[in-house]
Amino acid sequence: MYPDRVPVMDWSDKRDVTDRLTPYNWIYIQSATVEVDGEEAEITIPRRCMHCINPPCVKLCPWGAARQLSNGTSRIDSDICMGGSKCKSVCPWHIPERQTGVGLYLDILPSLAGNGVMYKCDRCYNGIAEGELPACIEVCPEDVQTIGPRDEIINQAHALAKEINGYIYGEKENGGTNTIYVSPVPFEKLNKAIEKGKGKPHFKPVKDTMSDANNLAAAMVLAPVAGVAAAVGKFYKMTKTDE
Amino acid sequence: MNKNNKTQSNKRSIVRYTYMITVLFLALSGFGQMPIFKRYYIADIPGLGWLAKFYVTHYIHYLFAILLIGLTSYVIAEYLFMNWKRIKITISGYIRGALVFGLVITGILLVIRNLAGSGFPPGFIVFLDLAHLGLVMVLLMAGLYCIILKKKWAKERL
Repeated sequence: MYPDRVPVMDWSDKRDVTDRLTPYNWIYIQSATVEVDGEEAEITIPRRCMHCINPPCVKLCPWGAARQLSNGTSRIDSDICMGGSKCKSVCPWHIPERQTGVGLYLDILPSLAGNGVMYKCDRCYNGIAEGELPACIEVCPEDVQTIGPRDEIINQAHALAKEINGYIYGEKENGGTNTIYVSPVPFEKLNKAIEKGKGKPHFKPVKDTMSDANNLAAAMVLAPVAGVAAAVGKFYKMTKTDE
Repeated sequence: MNKNNKTQSNKRSIVRYTYMITVLFLALSGFGQMPIFKRYYIADIPGLGWLAKFYVTHYIHYLFAILLIGLTSYVIAEYLFMNWKRIKITISGYIRGALVFGLVITGILLVIRNLAGSGFPPGFIVFLDLAHLGLVMVLLMAGLYCIILKKKWAKERL
């Protein structure tokens, strides 16, 4: 029983696709032709996982296969991911991509649950752990990326934005991400100019997706107090009636 | 049955039905945390489309979790204040109570995990997810067994 609805996403013979995100290509260069200071300019933007401060892909993974490291990197553990693609559904940018036919689900009940493994940028976490830079920073000929503690990067981003009269993306989006972009044109304009679609993320404003439920956590603290208060009220009423 | 007993019985029924509806919605929205309802066309059934919307099921799960915590706190406090001399909890009551307690504890820890900046170790999060799922499966089976065999949570002390 392998429902028709379960899509087969096999990228194994399309590993050289680099114009979008795929299970094999975790970063790609998006380009936008926009007007900067009255002149037409082409802006190139590296696009990959934004590494949210409170990543829904990590928090809402039903198995804990996605995890967040203490340095802010979110990564998917390919050894235990079942490929259900929930992380992609809940990601505001739909970043993770699935490779069907690999992973743990093959060893459990492949026809009933799972569909491969989800892959996305893991910020070269194993290299970072050894003091190296992520590969995309190492190879970038334009040196457009800087890595460091978030508060320092935010300060740098604000300084750069001030210098070029630019705009910032990632500081507030989805409650804040660990990827900060600085653009000479508003992101609304940039979003209109880039090619969007499957594997090609947008630059739209994003509200804090985890906040609605997390705001209920306070009510959860009050729930036992309310329950006990109701019982005490009933007890008090009963003793009054007995008197 | 005098008027007072009738009121008590009605209140117990309200608690019972609230508990059953709460568990039903918690189970539905909880299983909805796994990507299964769309896969198996269940979300295509009119009125059940919400089961495939992860943020909706997540929010509903929180709402009913609040209700469950409030309700269990009320029932426990009511028992301790008013009924422990008169009513005895049965073995099946203790077992189901322990399962609900386990679900509430693992659930609260998962709520904390979902807050920004929480730092549980990855292995512990996998354990919490599996324990929460395992406990609800056992609770549902235990509940079904108790309904079929008419086992009650509590009975009058002799």
